[in-house]
Amino acid sequence: MRKWFYLLLAALILAAAIPLAGCSSEKADKAAYKVGAVFSTSGGYSSLGVPEQRTVEMMVEEINDKGGINGHPLEVIVYNDESDSTKTLALTTKLIEQDQVLAIVGPTFTGGSKAILDAVKTAEIPNISCAASVDIVTPVADRYWVFKTPQTDVQAVREIYPYLEEAGITTIAIITDTSSFGQGGKKYLDSEKGNYGISIVRDETFTTGDTNMQSQLTRIKGTSAQAVVCWATDKESAIVAQDMKTLGFSIPLFCSHGVATKAFIEQAGDAANGVILPAGKLLVVDEVPKSDPQKKVLTEYRDDYEDIYGEGTVNTFGGHAYDALSMIVMALEDMDEDLSTKDARAFIRNYVENDIKDWPGTGGVFTMSPTDHLGMVPGSLALIKIEEGEWTWLQ
Amino acid sequence: MSLDQFLQYLVSGLSQGSIYALVGLGFTLIYAVTKIINFAQGEFVMLGGMLSFVLIRSAGIPMVPALLLSIIIAAAIGAIMYVLAIRSAKKASGVSLIVITIGAAILIRGIAGEVWGVDAVRPPFFTGNETLSFLGARIHPQALWIIGTTIAITIALHLFLSHTMLGKALKACSVNPQAATLVGIDPRAMGLIAFSLAAALGAIGGVVMAPLTLTSYNVGVMLGLKGFVAASIGGFTSPLATVIGGIAVGVIESLAVGVGWGPFTSEYKDAIALVILLLILLIRSGRLAAEERVS
Amino acid sequence: MLARVRSKWTWLAAGLLLVLLILVPFVSLLSPYTGLMIFIGIYTMVTVGLCLVMGYSGQVSLGQSAFFGIGAYFSAILSKTYDVNPWLAMLIGATATGAFAYVVGFPVFRLRGNYLAMATLGLGIIIYILFRQLGQYTGGPDGMAGIPYLSFGGFAFDTPFRRYFLIWGFCLATLLISQNIVNSRTGRALRAIHGSETAAESLGINVSLYKVKIFVLSAVFSSLAGSLFVHHLRFVSPQPFDFMASVVIVVMAVTGGLASVWGAIFGAATIRILGDEILPRLENLATLKAWHVDYLNIIIYALLLILVMIFVPQGLFLGLKDAIGRWQPKLFRKGSKS
Repeated sequence: MRKWFYLLLAALILAAAIPLAGCSSEKADKAAYKVGAVFSTSGGYSSLGVPEQRTVEMMVEEINDKGGINGHPLEVIVYNDESDSTKTLALTTKLIEQDQVLAIVGPTFTGGSKAILDAVKTAEIPNISCAASVDIVTPVADRYWVFKTPQTDVQAVREIYPYLEEAGITTIAIITDTSSFGQGGKKYLDSEKGNYGISIVRDETFTTGDTNMQSQLTRIKGTSAQAVVCWATDKESAIVAQDMKTLGFSIPLFCSHGVATKAFIEQAGDAANGVILPAGKLLVVDEVPKSDPQKKVLTEYRDDYEDIYGEGTVNTFGGHAYDALSMIVMALEDMDEDLSTKDARAFIRNYVENDIKDWPGTGGVFTMSPTDHLGMVPGSLALIKIEEGEWTWLQ
Repeated sequence: MSLDQFLQYLVSGLSQGSIYALVGLGFTLIYAVTKIINFAQGEFVMLGGMLSFVLIRSAGIPMVPALLLSIIIAAAIGAIMYVLAIRSAKKASGVSLIVITIGAAILIRGIAGEVWGVDAVRPPFFTGNETLSFLGARIHPQALWIIGTTIAITIALHLFLSHTMLGKALKACSVNPQAATLVGIDPRAMGLIAFSLAAALGAIGGVVMAPLTLTSYNVGVMLGLKGFVAASIGGFTSPLATVIGGIAVGVIESLAVGVGWGPFTSEYKDAIALVILLLILLIRSGRLAAEERVS
Repeated sequence: MLARVRSKWTWLAAGLLLVLLILVPFVSLLSPYTGLMIFIGIYTMVTVGLCLVMGYSGQVSLGQSAFFGIGAYFSAILSKTYDVNPWLAMLIGATATGAFAYVVGFPVFRLRGNYLAMATLGLGIIIYILFRQLGQYTGGPDGMAGIPYLSFGGFAFDTPFRRYFLIWGFCLATLLISQNIVNSRTGRALRAIHGSETAAESLGINVSLYKVKIFVLSAVFSSLAGSLFVHHLRFVSPQPFDFMASVVIVVMAVTGGLASVWGAIFGAATIRILGDEILPRLENLATLKAWHVDYLNIIIYALLLILVMIFVPQGLFLGLKDAIGRWQPKLFRKGSKS
């Protein structure tokens, strides 16, 4: 019996050695440009990370089919941080030191993105994050190497509040996730409320991974709140929506842009109808007018993505990765070919900061600058209502 | 809190506690017959729920057959686990067996996560999603299903163990395996039945619970722990005490959350059951110390 | 101490290991793996503690990552939020963890087998929940950053190169101490306990005391490892200290060999290399074929746990040594125990 076990072990090690040898059969004429990516393709943020990884893979294939970047094949090394900020940091360090990448795309979530701020700064490598919190790129002076492509939490709040004001809603209850993303949202929900005449009568929290928010919602039900604002990603928000329905709530639910994926509708089922959220225009591509500078990018990305992955699968998170990697690719296209790793990293950073002007991405129109590493004007978010399981744009 | 809120939390606690009771019964059964603590017990609850979802939603099988099939498949997996893992470790020491059952639990969880992904899923409700009104509280019919099923199973199990040949054989094994062999009962066959039955019990719990509480690949750990608490309360010998223990844990948890005082929200809720566990173990440990001093 | 390390082959193996360890950061082929080696060193410290507890006192501890975490958070919070000297913080952390293990150890170790396992499991999870929920102090589920480096006066351990030697220094010290204990009176007492507690008691050995001592030692090792961990990453979050983390440590211990001190390096190295290098590559390969693989690592660890425990219960390290010994009997003639 033991002999079989050792044989199996030996076979496993041999099988593992093959990928370690890292052989690719085609010999490229020029060295590959290596870019690193850390996405959360498993764990609580997987609904965001999986489309991000898929988008990147799609882009790499497309670019390499066309001959690469100035003849250099593009190689994006993707690691899964499992929605765990310590792993995000460990993997980022690995990409920097072991894989010697030129830039880093991601992470997927705010906690992970904040975790790597120091490492990225020390290593002097550009990082284009796909996470939401505005704190990732401010204060700009300290975030020399960090950029991001998703709309920020404060922008999202500034989409929801005017709508509430117009609808005459003055008292709300908020229920937020205790993660950095949720707490970032809470911070701005709190700080912005005065500008729109809103007061928060109840403030509840839950933890990522919870599957029952009924106690918190029961307490909210007892207040005079006219609406509930939930700040979390799709899984938890879906449960909030469901629980509100079970408890017989009659007031509307507003969610963050963290639910901008079909997964939310699938998980919440009927309870998703009537939910209002701010999101990128990718969810309502067909309703975007032809005059909008983003129309072309949105339509192309949506078509390419859904060609491979099916109808209705496109979401804004994949779009953030698309925007991030596109910026890096643009920088690489402009870059001299013989730069050292250190110089290449500096070049990419400078390019992204200074040469991205009025560029239409999927999340918005980007103009980066030394004082603004997000570079998105207001209006890049659309306020969307879910009706009969479909996204509809509230204009 | 108001009366209707209290009722709501009570019912919620009763239904959650029923699940813990079912898991605890599984632990008790396996321990009684084989003296093994099956760390994978919680995973069978998960399997019950996940399988029911997959069979109904993805395979399109009608509800009742799907539920039965889920339970049967889970029982089969329990049997397989017994044959492959437990029986193979013939001269296994205590440490080995514990580690092996942990390994089995992780394996089941890993495969579930791999095959079905991480998302929490909700199989369809047995009798719809309309909450019932009772004294001002909104009570979900599924919760009643959970409580009812547990009561039914407990009674059925009791009848089985005391009034059928097979049940009595199982009990004989737990009392004295050698004597049982002399009378022609095969402990290994009994072990197999115990594992399968315990898996089925867990799966039944999973099947009734999943529509209400959602299920995903990783719910097994906490459910297993809480079921263990229930079984500990029953001393691993008394099914009745196990059931009462499980329900008690569920109710305490739910009321603590309902009170809503700072710490007793969300994740701390799990800590309540763990603290109860540690208290029980502490008491037990204290008793052991007293025995040592006496002897 | 030196006299206790017997056969010349053990010396040779140890020497080879030392040479390899020193070479890694210098050799350009291996130096990118400095980071990996640092993690191996840290986890070896945690694993060897568990090996002692499980292998020598025959008890299962499923909450080892709690000690790892307590050391980590003490270091993180004290050195960052309260500006305490990192070395002092590490010491305080180790002391606190040791004290905690001592207080908890006595009642816990009176329980047997399954109850003990459940108790450690429960404790581990409670501590994990505290890490996640006490957000004001711990930074909550997403942790806290900005933890300072360890430093001596002006010399800061701010490059992987420097930390590599620091951490392996600690690690080797831990292993030598453990080896020492194994070969000492305490070790013999523990082996007696493992053989038969009743017999040991009748020989006048205070069973509980020895078990608790070894438990405390394992806790202190883990705590130190935790401190080194956060001063390496300069970041802490609850995830590395959850239930699965405890299980992975058990996998490392079982793979290396429960009763083997040096096997701890083997176990830690195997699992880290598997998890950090081999499996991600396999997963990426599979993903390219649009076949999404995420939990391969859990499945492999589970299989390792089950298969090793059934077929090679003394662990792969000793198992391989035995196999080689059967093949070449002269190599291990002196019967040196590692």
